[in-house]
Amino acid sequence: MSEQTLESGAHVAGSSGDALLVVDDVTLRFGGVVALNEVAFEIRRGEILGLIGPNGAGKTTCFNVMTGVYTPTSGEIRFDGDRVSGVKPHRINAMGIARTFQNIRLFPEMTAMENVMVGADARHKTSVMGTLFRLYRVKAKEHELPDNPLKRSLAKVFGISRHTLEERAGRQKSMEMLRFVGIADRAHELARNLPYGYQRRLEIARALATEPKLLCLDEPAAGFNPAEKADLMNLIRKIRDKGQTVLLIEHDMKLVMGVTDRLVVLEFGQKIAEGLPEEVARNPKVIAAYLGEPDDAAQA
Amino acid sequence: MSDRGGDYSYTTEGPEVAGDRKSGFMGLPALGIADRFAALPLWAKVPIVLALVSFAFYLPFLTILPFAYVRTDLSSGGSDWGGVLFVVVIYMIVAIGLNVVIGLAGLLDLGYIGFYALGAYSVAIFGSPSSPVTKLIAEKFGLSEGWAVPFALCIPIALAIALISGVMLGAPTLRLRGDYLAIVTMGFGEIIRILSRNVDAVTNGPAGIIGVPRPPEPSENYFSSIESAHWYWLALAVLILLMFMTRRLEDSRVGRGWLAIREDEDAAAVMGVNAFKFKLWAFAIGAALGAIAGLLFASKQAYVEPTGFALNLSFLFVAMVVIGGSGNMVGVMLGAFLITYLPERFREFQDWRPFAFGVAMVLVMVLRPQGLVPSRRRAKEFEDRKHEAEEAAADV
Repeated sequence: MSEQTLESGAHVAGSSGDALLVVDDVTLRFGGVVALNEVAFEIRRGEILGLIGPNGAGKTTCFNVMTGVYTPTSGEIRFDGDRVSGVKPHRINAMGIARTFQNIRLFPEMTAMENVMVGADARHKTSVMGTLFRLYRVKAKEHELPDNPLKRSLAKVFGISRHTLEERAGRQKSMEMLRFVGIADRAHELARNLPYGYQRRLEIARALATEPKLLCLDEPAAGFNPAEKADLMNLIRKIRDKGQTVLLIEHDMKLVMGVTDRLVVLEFGQKIAEGLPEEVARNPKVIAAYLGEPDDAAQA
Repeated sequence: MSDRGGDYSYTTEGPEVAGDRKSGFMGLPALGIADRFAALPLWAKVPIVLALVSFAFYLPFLTILPFAYVRTDLSSGGSDWGGVLFVVVIYMIVAIGLNVVIGLAGLLDLGYIGFYALGAYSVAIFGSPSSPVTKLIAEKFGLSEGWAVPFALCIPIALAIALISGVMLGAPTLRLRGDYLAIVTMGFGEIIRILSRNVDAVTNGPAGIIGVPRPPEPSENYFSSIESAHWYWLALAVLILLMFMTRRLEDSRVGRGWLAIREDEDAAAVMGVNAFKFKLWAFAIGAALGAIAGLLFASKQAYVEPTGFALNLSFLFVAMVVIGGSGNMVGVMLGAFLITYLPERFREFQDWRPFAFGVAMVLVMVLRPQGLVPSRRRAKEFEDRKHEAEEAAADV
């Protein structure tokens, strides 16, 4: 395993390899239906982990348990040593987990920029009183001072409000994120008017803006053509190379094989295989369950 | 795709997210005013705003023909012009407050009159020497006859009561969504009205409370009830202050949080928006604005009584927001103006009022479902839906 991560890039320098998120024998039942049955695996810091399995295998359910949407019937999820189960969604985001949605869920009537800024706001603190009265002042650094001489001297004496600094930082970061995912050219268009591929990438930008330690992507390539998929793979690698850990749920075997460091395979709510992509691809159980499954062609 | 962004430089200077605004109102050429104004340099903006504000302050004395035809006191049966202006401004404050709740955070509040009533009653209960509560306090502590809480202190009391009741109403009910929330808030509006009629020991029951205090006066009887122009100026000043404050909230982390909640609450929560806290804030701020309006109103009337806070006013408030353009501050103020001013101006046709109101409502909903001055977002939404409908029709 360590050989694999070493090969896969510069990100391994330092603390790579220790578990960032641990799924510890998680069972989830809905009434009589066992959605997840004693699933156990871990996501290691700095890797791209692929979670695959045929339709209805429990991938998205597993994902939802990890991001706090469901509380497991037994077992637990630990992120960086802290329990995730039962924590409110916005607290989970604050812990450092961000996600995208299988069926895109942007804020349609907000611009792309504003969408990402909502993500960036997650790391900011100014609330109602801070916005209204702006009494929380921060001593301004030289490069933060405004150009206008009057405003400049005022800012020198009274400092700059935290609101102003956070807004500025948020805009800067959001634009950076939009550029990073490659959709900065349409930053000021309403999210609902963006083309499909842009919307998918906007979701990633919004999630990245919350500065997550773990980015969970739920079928980010759904509906993409091969060229777009290749682009997306590059993007996911770039995210990993920036030091973030990525969990990728995907149907497309080619995409998964090309980009992930390790794979976990689910079928009927159970983990049936785990390991390097090449190993998993050779695993007869996986071939039987997934690759050889005739209805796989129908889903693609 | 990864290298595509390189060409786009982006400056973070400037007071607004200017580009955001510029792309607004697309496809609505008739509404380019806001864009054109936003594009003006500062030296042009300041005089325009100043001129508008001074014109607003001058309105009570408007006698130049033909503009004087807007006055409501031209015929003998007309209403006091200054008084109408005052009520218009009061309802504009209400509309701005309700817009925070409905237009920004997307919470349908049908009991907004409750907060308005709370504001009116708190200044009456604590500020009037003849209210049961001040009498009781004066008796208990041996204070002189006619003692009451000074007006300046009534403002924070009214605000505190409104904020607390907003939170008290919000905390248990904000888990509800959509229609369910609307019904619960409607119940709240009724509860406040019924309480004000029945808790005689506090509100003096159906008789109401007289002697509601006036603001500090620069000269004798400056703020007496008949000096409507003075009251109008006071309310206008308060309105401008509140507009400024609300605009600050809109263009901030809080405003974006509200919009995100309105758009998709679950996604917003996953993106780190503390939805419950922000919704509670929206409720509390809406409540506070409603209370300020109620406070000013009660203070001018010098008298409060329960029938003034009937539930149908709540619906009227919602109508102002919806007709004007939910989510747009200028729009909802226009809505408030039309709904308050037109019936007063055309009093001669009083018998036709409900009919005209109904027809106007239907016309607006058919011709401009997004409101008269829609927020850029709502406008796009409705336009897109229209396109979708047309495309669907073309497919058949």
